[in-house]
Amino acid sequence: MTVKMSARHVSAYYGDLRALDDVSIDIDTQHVTALIGPSGCGKSTLLRLLNRMNDAVPGARVEGSIELDGQDIHARDMDVVELRARVGMVFQKPNPFPKSIYDNVAYGPRIHGLARGRGELDAVVETSLRRAGLWDEVKDRLDDRGTALSGGQQQRLCIARALAVDPEVILMDEPCSALDPIATARIEELIGALRGRYAIAIVTHNMQQAARVSQRTAFFYAGRLVEYGDTSDIFTNPRATSTKDYITGRYG
Amino acid sequence: MKGSTLVILVVGLAVLFWQVARARAYQFGGSGKFGSLPAQHGWFAALWVLLPSLAFLAAWQINAPGMVTDAVLRDPAAAALPPTGLTRASLLAEARALANGTATGAFHGLARDLARRYATVQVRFNWIATAATLGLALSAGFAALAKVHSGFRARSQVERLVTLLLLGASLVAILTTAGILASLFWESGRFFSLVSPGQFLLGTHWSPQSIDPAAPGDSLGSLPLFWGTFFIGAGIAMAVAVPLGLLSAIYLSQYAASTTRRVLKPALEVLAGVPTVVYGYFAALTVAPAVRHLGMALGYADASGESALAAGLVMGIMIVPFISSVSDDSLAAVPSAMREASLALGATPAETVRHVLLPAALPGIAGGIMLAVSRAIGETMIVVMAASGVATLTANPFASTSTVTRQIVDLLTGEQTFDSPKTLAAFALGLALFGVTLCLNLAALGLVRRYRERYD
Amino acid sequence: MIALACLAFLVATIAVDGVTGFVRTTVALPVDLTHLPVDARTLTGRSANLALTGAGLERSVDAAATRAFGSDGPTLLGDGAWLTVRDAVRRHPDLLARPFVIHVPVTSAIDIAYKHGTGSGPVLARMQQLKPALDSEFDRDFFTSSDATDPTRAGIWGALKGSLLTIAVTLLLATPIGVAAAVYLEEFARPSRWTGLIEVSINNLAAVPSIIFGLLGLALFLGTLGMPRSAPLVGGLTLALMTLPVIVITARGAIRQVPPSLREAAMGVGASPVQLVFHHVLPLAAPGILTGAIIGGARALGETAPLLLIGMRAFIAAAPDGLTRPATALPVQIFLWSDQVDGGFVENTSAAIIVLLLLLLVLNGGAVYWRARAERRS
Repeated sequence: MTVKMSARHVSAYYGDLRALDDVSIDIDTQHVTALIGPSGCGKSTLLRLLNRMNDAVPGARVEGSIELDGQDIHARDMDVVELRARVGMVFQKPNPFPKSIYDNVAYGPRIHGLARGRGELDAVVETSLRRAGLWDEVKDRLDDRGTALSGGQQQRLCIARALAVDPEVILMDEPCSALDPIATARIEELIGALRGRYAIAIVTHNMQQAARVSQRTAFFYAGRLVEYGDTSDIFTNPRATSTKDYITGRYG
Repeated sequence: MKGSTLVILVVGLAVLFWQVARARAYQFGGSGKFGSLPAQHGWFAALWVLLPSLAFLAAWQINAPGMVTDAVLRDPAAAALPPTGLTRASLLAEARALANGTATGAFHGLARDLARRYATVQVRFNWIATAATLGLALSAGFAALAKVHSGFRARSQVERLVTLLLLGASLVAILTTAGILASLFWESGRFFSLVSPGQFLLGTHWSPQSIDPAAPGDSLGSLPLFWGTFFIGAGIAMAVAVPLGLLSAIYLSQYAASTTRRVLKPALEVLAGVPTVVYGYFAALTVAPAVRHLGMALGYADASGESALAAGLVMGIMIVPFISSVSDDSLAAVPSAMREASLALGATPAETVRHVLLPAALPGIAGGIMLAVSRAIGETMIVVMAASGVATLTANPFASTSTVTRQIVDLLTGEQTFDSPKTLAAFALGLALFGVTLCLNLAALGLVRRYRERYD
Repeated sequence: MIALACLAFLVATIAVDGVTGFVRTTVALPVDLTHLPVDARTLTGRSANLALTGAGLERSVDAAATRAFGSDGPTLLGDGAWLTVRDAVRRHPDLLARPFVIHVPVTSAIDIAYKHGTGSGPVLARMQQLKPALDSEFDRDFFTSSDATDPTRAGIWGALKGSLLTIAVTLLLATPIGVAAAVYLEEFARPSRWTGLIEVSINNLAAVPSIIFGLLGLALFLGTLGMPRSAPLVGGLTLALMTLPVIVITARGAIRQVPPSLREAAMGVGASPVQLVFHHVLPLAAPGILTGAIIGGARALGETAPLLLIGMRAFIAAAPDGLTRPATALPVQIFLWSDQVDGGFVENTSAAIIVLLLLLLVLNGGAVYWRARAERRS
């Protein structure tokens, strides 16, 4: 088992508000790591720190170090664009570009120059859509607008868009919270299928989902990492009482 | 070579370098995974070809006429020119026109001699400009091309340039403000070296047509103008516009059915889009004679066809849509909870408007009225066409009254020399006008912003 | 509501005056040019006008008028009457071979007397005598000719072309710079004293009286930089500075409408800020930006005061054929005509106003339509 990303003593602030307090955690390849905890516990902040999406938030500040393959992502010679290409992200609400399905998936490879010529690009688009389990549904309507798809399809399109850049890590911020149960099931299935190739971190409010899809679980509470370990351990034998209260539905 | 030809040539060069740089970048396959795309290398080279040479060309175009004139003046023939004054300027202008081929015959022999000189100097300068621009484009282009190798971060370089260009664009606003201030202060400074500020601001006699060169300040007292400006713009126009605008906003936002609203709102917007020259024509042709008859009927024997009332009335009509839309926005910004609370207490809609909505929206409306005043006193065409050229210090709305803007136009049209007290007075008036509107605008913007923050 | 009544009244007065401005009164004039020393075969190309003028066509037309209407005949015809005859002869050289009857424009006083029945007693009486020969026709020349001292010959083409050139310069400068400034302020600028200063500048400039921009144009472009007076280039530059804040403000509004989720999506696949702007933000904000540009252009098109100060108020009898040639603009032309004593210019003014208002209506209507269509699509 190899560590893909590791955070050491990370604290994050929005202005004066401390959102994360001295968090250290590893994200491993070929594993799904679930970040759970009540609203405002800092799990989404941690996720956004991992590919520096918080750079654009005014007043946001971070301390500690985060490394990708042993390389500090805040280092001067680290290009944030390259970082985000290597660490892809899927958001809470499906947010396809208002372009065609094809262009949605092709956008990343195009701006990073990952495909030479139309033929290669076509291949990348097809592979990505296949991996996202969307190919059969959209192969005849690649020129339709991405926004015309159903919610679940849109989210899988967004996953395909992230896969097309050939990332090493995929971050998912409550990817199913806006979807119905059937679409959720398909995404969960997809996460399972993707696990073999990528390191995946997923933020979720849904305990069953965390238990179903992840191998590792980290429980956050009030900006602190309370407990981190194998999912089976955390759910069957939580050490902290707050973890136990949370996963048994006492609050959250 | 003409400037436009040069620009086209430079753009052509940029396209060429774009191609070359991109082709080179293709050879080494971009800059590795997630590195810069070949096209970005192309843009890098193209921008370097374009920016320095075009910047140089722009600076050159601005400075060249002065440099050409200087070179011409070093010619022995130029010694025959009168040292200063109009004749010198007109001789030079004639020579320039001859050299450019815009004039056909010369009135003065001297101008013909100078024209020949002009032509040779211009040809020489032209060659210098062409050579320098193209040289700059080529050398910058090759320097950029030399940097194109694998591992070179063309994308971040290009993006830094683009960001700088965007920053430059946003600085244009500041430069404009600075330009306004500089030109107004500079010309006004020259004016105040001729006329004392006290005399100018507090004098009550304004008749620039009969300036006594020995004491220009005696006929350049601007008090009547400022009085007229405020009387028309802040007095009469607001007396018309504020009640009408406010009532129409209240009606539209509180009482009107949605279909009425759908028709009336665009109609008001149309009213706001009518050019002021049309209002001016309307004021001069239709309203002014009517006002004059009214004045006569009311017993004002001196009722003028260029009365303050006519200009003020039409200006008021022009401002109505502005006040109406600002008030509408302010009323809409009042939280509906406040309105519903009042209605729930059993207040009638009219009482709700009077006791709850208007007081709550007042700061926003007041800010809007200040902006409207600023607009009214800066309005030019209506007063140029309907108010008078004669400035009188009077509160009689039927008498002829003049305004600052009207006088600026009068002073600056017709034959001009740039340094007579008459034309410089226009800049002093402009400075005063700018100062007043600046204060009104800033105060109003502050008021509106504070008001917005309160309910957001 | 009173304001709307005023608008209706304004439009009505102008429409009543203006519609007749598009029509001109002509009189049937029998002309005989058989004695004119001109060879019909030489009437080709540019020299034709010169040949006809040199042969004394104007005198022949005057003589025809005297024969037809008495000794005051020539004074009843408009200044351009003989030009109408000239153009007819150029089109049909065979007219030189036989007497013919042609409708030529009458003088402004008769024109008004015929259209409105107003004027001094003698003029009215003369008009009554002529009435059987008088006729009305659509004044095509109004759209093709430029300013003139005779209201029956004056047209708006010169002013219209001047306006179009000016607005072209204005929009070509103000739109890219304005959009670039808006992009910088919305996407790149970090809050600082400088950005604050830029914002205040822009908001204040949007409310600075237009005449101040005229003073700036006069002092900067004409004074310091020595650009030519009355040129559309200078007018366009001045109006560009005036329009810039409007475009910046509307463009910023349009950029702010782009949903944040889309920004995240683009950033999430590794688009750089510049790519984010050019690939996603600008295409989505384009309809709003375009609307802003059209509204700014419409405002600049109706603007008069700054143009007066930079000298675009001269009497210019030819359409400008370049950006640095003397020109006037449509609203300035309206202002100039409204100052004319000759009653015939009242109609011209109103007709020009109708053209200007129609132009603005088309522009604003286009902006509204465009925005509605863009909203439907997204």
